[in-house]
Amino acid sequence: MIRLHFIATLAGTTVLEAVRNRLFWLAAIVVGVALGLAQFLNQVAITESLEIQVALLAALLRVAAVFIVATFIITSMVREANDKVTELMLSQPAPRSSYFLGKFAGYALVAVSLALAFALPLALFTPTAGLMAWAASLVCELLIVTSVSLFCVISLTQVLSAFAATAGFYFLSRSMAAMQVIAGASLTSEHTFADTAINWIVDAIALLLPSLDRMTRTDWLVNAGPGMDETLGLLVQSAIYVVLIASAALFDLHRKNY
Amino acid sequence: MAQRPVSHVPLPVLAVLIGALGLQISLKLAHPVTPPAASDLRPPASQSSLRLASLGDPIPLAKLLMLYLQSFDYQAVNRIRFQDLNYDTVQQWLLRILWLDPKGQYPLLAASRLYADVPNDAKARAMLEFVYQQFLLDPDRRWPWLAHAAAIAKHRLKDLPLAKRYASAIQKHATGPNVPLWAKQMEIFIREDMNELETARIMIGGFLSSGTIRDPGEIRFLDQRLRDIEARLKSQR
Repeated sequence: MIRLHFIATLAGTTVLEAVRNRLFWLAAIVVGVALGLAQFLNQVAITESLEIQVALLAALLRVAAVFIVATFIITSMVREANDKVTELMLSQPAPRSSYFLGKFAGYALVAVSLALAFALPLALFTPTAGLMAWAASLVCELLIVTSVSLFCVISLTQVLSAFAATAGFYFLSRSMAAMQVIAGASLTSEHTFADTAINWIVDAIALLLPSLDRMTRTDWLVNAGPGMDETLGLLVQSAIYVVLIASAALFDLHRKNY
Repeated sequence: MAQRPVSHVPLPVLAVLIGALGLQISLKLAHPVTPPAASDLRPPASQSSLRLASLGDPIPLAKLLMLYLQSFDYQAVNRIRFQDLNYDTVQQWLLRILWLDPKGQYPLLAASRLYADVPNDAKARAMLEFVYQQFLLDPDRRWPWLAHAAAIAKHRLKDLPLAKRYASAIQKHATGPNVPLWAKQMEIFIREDMNELETARIMIGGFLSSGTIRDPGEIRFLDQRLRDIEARLKSQR
């Protein structure tokens, strides 16, 4: 009971920190700018203006959401560590896992709110079914980014290195499927040892990354939404990955000497 | 600051970490990446979009786009499947890549050696014509690919007039110091094959008298060809 209370309090203060950091104002400004850009593109496009509007708006909002969530988590955790708040929290009569779960729950709430807020303006342009899938997928994507950002900042402890690692993870996860295809498309029929080794390394890295290229796809908004199997697959992938990275972060947190 | 030993990590955390890692690997193994099909190749983005995406440095983008295009449908050994691609779309991609990196040789290498070498004459001819048009924009740099196109036209398509057209274009437009004589002389041998012996004789004579050939072996070789042609001409009369 005490543990749950501790987790809930930490989650609440994390959300409060987001509010006081004017994170939701920033989100509102991003939505406003994105809508303005979409309107501008609508004016200049000769054809498929709606598709252009939706595709660019969705891509911009998705990247902005990822950037905001990662930056907020990393800077917030580093500030807490510098102010010795982390040490104060860890000195409380609660295990380290409660501290981690409290922080994760708070950041996850922020991420979910942001995903829903960013999906809302797209309702003006797209059918509901595709948008629901897109929004749900953005929630999953942001939860993965949340856990990865937390893992990176706990392990690396510095803003620059944690942000670089998170950004690297994100871009690699988004492009890994394309890299696998390119690595497998040799121009010759001969496979040298180097070819085989590179393919093996690329495939091994891909095993440890989530398939972000299959998530939050713009074609769900401009064409048809995903099938039930695909949606379930994405939910399972997200759940497994969030648990994996969260447990890796917990492993690191338990080994840290404060 | 030294880290605490692994024994400080609670067992449930270790168990969840190992279990989740196993599940992640199993999930990825169960859904391997499938290579794109020929029909998945969509037209490339517009020039202005590509200019924007290149962030002011177009060459890396050109290289990446070429690798992306190459990943479509190239299955090592299996060349048949190139013909399943929409060649208009492929040409659009190659044009965009050449626009981003005009000095790059990869697009025309792919056009002449991969996309033109398919058992579909119409598609092969379309790609050879593409190579010819692009050669005209930068002959001294792009002549190798038109030379290969001439070889395909002669040996695979058995279209000697087409081969002569390409060889003639090399002889006429590729005049730089780096263009080897064998490339400039291609037209002679194609004309010889077409029984245009008189023209071939005049061209060889022109080469020998112009003084551009200095290698004694090459002079001997051309001299021998000239005498052979003259002998054939005599026998025809």
